[in-house]
Amino acid sequence: MGTTTYREAVRTALTEALVKDPRVFLMGEDVGKYGGSYAVSKGLLAEFGPERIRDTPLSESTFVGAGIGAALGGMRPIVEVMTVNFSLLALDQIVNNAATIRHMSGGQFSIPLVIRMATGAGRQLAAQHAHSLEGWYAHIPGIRIVAPATLEDARGMLWTALEDPDPVLIFEHQTLYNMEGPLADEAGAVDIDHAAIRRPGKDLSLITYGGTLGKTLQAAETLASEGIDAEVIDLRTLRPLDMATILDSVKKTHRAVIVDEGWKSGSLSAEIVARLVEHAFYELDAPLARVCSAEVPIPYPKHLEDAALPQPPAIVAAAREVVGRRG
Amino acid sequence: MTEAAANVQPIASTETAVPKPDTPGRLEISREHGLRLLHEMLRIRRFEEKCAELYSAGKIRGFLHLYIGEEAVAVGAMQALGREDAVVATYREHGHALARGVAVDRLMAEMYGKHQGCSRGRGGSMHVFDAQARFYGGNAIVGGGLPIAVGLALADKMQQRPRVTACFFGDGAVAEGEFHESLNLASLWKLPVLFLCENNLYAMGTRLERAQSQTDLAAKARSYLMPAEPVDGMDVLAVEAATKRAADAVRRGEGPAFLEFRTYRFRAHSMFDAELYRDKSEVEIWKQRDPITTFTSQLKERGMATDGILYALNMSVADEIDVAVQFAEAGTWEPVDDLLKDVYTPAEGRPSGSYGAA
Repeated sequence: MGTTTYREAVRTALTEALVKDPRVFLMGEDVGKYGGSYAVSKGLLAEFGPERIRDTPLSESTFVGAGIGAALGGMRPIVEVMTVNFSLLALDQIVNNAATIRHMSGGQFSIPLVIRMATGAGRQLAAQHAHSLEGWYAHIPGIRIVAPATLEDARGMLWTALEDPDPVLIFEHQTLYNMEGPLADEAGAVDIDHAAIRRPGKDLSLITYGGTLGKTLQAAETLASEGIDAEVIDLRTLRPLDMATILDSVKKTHRAVIVDEGWKSGSLSAEIVARLVEHAFYELDAPLARVCSAEVPIPYPKHLEDAALPQPPAIVAAAREVVGRRG
Repeated sequence: MTEAAANVQPIASTETAVPKPDTPGRLEISREHGLRLLHEMLRIRRFEEKCAELYSAGKIRGFLHLYIGEEAVAVGAMQALGREDAVVATYREHGHALARGVAVDRLMAEMYGKHQGCSRGRGGSMHVFDAQARFYGGNAIVGGGLPIAVGLALADKMQQRPRVTACFFGDGAVAEGEFHESLNLASLWKLPVLFLCENNLYAMGTRLERAQSQTDLAAKARSYLMPAEPVDGMDVLAVEAATKRAADAVRRGEGPAFLEFRTYRFRAHSMFDAELYRDKSEVEIWKQRDPITTFTSQLKERGMATDGILYALNMSVADEIDVAVQFAEAGTWEPVDDLLKDVYTPAEGRPSGSYGAA
């Protein structure tokens, strides 16, 4: 078992896909000569050439739409959008075309397209490079949303996404790229259907994904030292939600806190709360709680950015509240 | 005529914007081909006239955008395409669908929203899809089809298939960012896209010179270093000839091409449009260049059509449309239980979980 980073894990997954399937190609802004704005695709241009590693002009709507067209034409495109904020320029193609064409055409066309993008805050990139809009995309029927939070998932979700006949959006939290750790040499494709229990526990369920998984696990350790045994669920797939895993956990713990870097209003965390109320109301021993980003555009200075984001102390405090213990 | 309009070249005013008729006999055609072109235009005209009637009768709902007046563009342009080529069209696409070979009965059923429709009734008038005809919609976002066409062409190029993707859009789309992004990318990557702009002078109700700083649309395309020319879109033979020339070059791998078809919509933008933005006299002037009547006269002058032949042609088209309406009427509604079907590809279409094995 070697040591790797999240960035290298994604690159290994890209390399594997390009080797395995001649229909696969990568396109996006600066994925080639520059090596990717987060250096994920560094070296791929030299290895696979400009036909399969395509630098695009800065035209998100068109290169994402071209991904849709290429998928319709029998290719398996991987489109990299530099960051989730830029993907708003491609929203027309994602929401009006990628998500609709299968249903609107009466099932005649599938769109096996993978779109990868960086998401989230934590690197002082301010309000146009740091939002967490994946929950927003999870609102849209017709696309699948995944958020790899571990090295195994960074390594393994891409191939499964490529095998999916429908559009899959992969959100890579920008603070994870440098995350380092052991990864089995034989690590490969993983399922993208199920949430994962990253830490079993019996006192409450902490439900999270992506960039806040690490913070949530940290909070769970603090809680453990106080005698609170938290179960940590990594959603992994934000659409469709694996409600079975969430409900099983909450039926066991009877308490839940949702940790999400998105804003609270009209959000994924709100959706999970609503579904728990709908499906597990009588299982609950305490009100549900959420730890989310402050409802502001993410600011640049470190102290304000930190204050805007979910942090372990806030998660710990929310958990204590839910289990009825004040710190 | 406004002062601004007077400065516009070459579409300077209503009068000069009306294309001059071609000299009959300039383009050689066989009798059979001429009659086929007329037949195809007539099918579109009668189909849409019937649609307007059915709309008033409440059989067709939602938005209905008629192509009447522009038939020469779809019919002429499709002559340049083969079965392997692809078509991307707009929400005013009944004409393109029919000219491309989408079955008229399934198209009519789609207008009704019936399960037997070419999109299973899911899309309606604005979202005609047909995998067999390689007809990729029916896109109701102005400009939204251009990137898809670029991608279809990219797939062809990467798989070394000598195909062309024909992408229809209107003058309105030329103001969209996706137009410029798509022409740029297609030219940069030398992709086999035929950009076919139907300039009917109005983006819904906004006239060209009220929306475009540069009204010479071909000039915009040329700035992306692709061949581009304006074509008389009221003349089916001119459309056919220009599209064939452009398609041949595209198919030879010379990169994308752009054609601006100068045409005119005789009817309102949709069934809800009171047409406050144009004078009736302007419409009447353009109707003098009706592509069907002018081409009919041409065929007669060429001795290729007689009143008898034309009568028979009209009758057969009317019969065909009647049969299509009967087909649509007899069609069934998709079961409500299937509402969620095909939001995602059903399980049987998915690979059987080969992940995890690696």
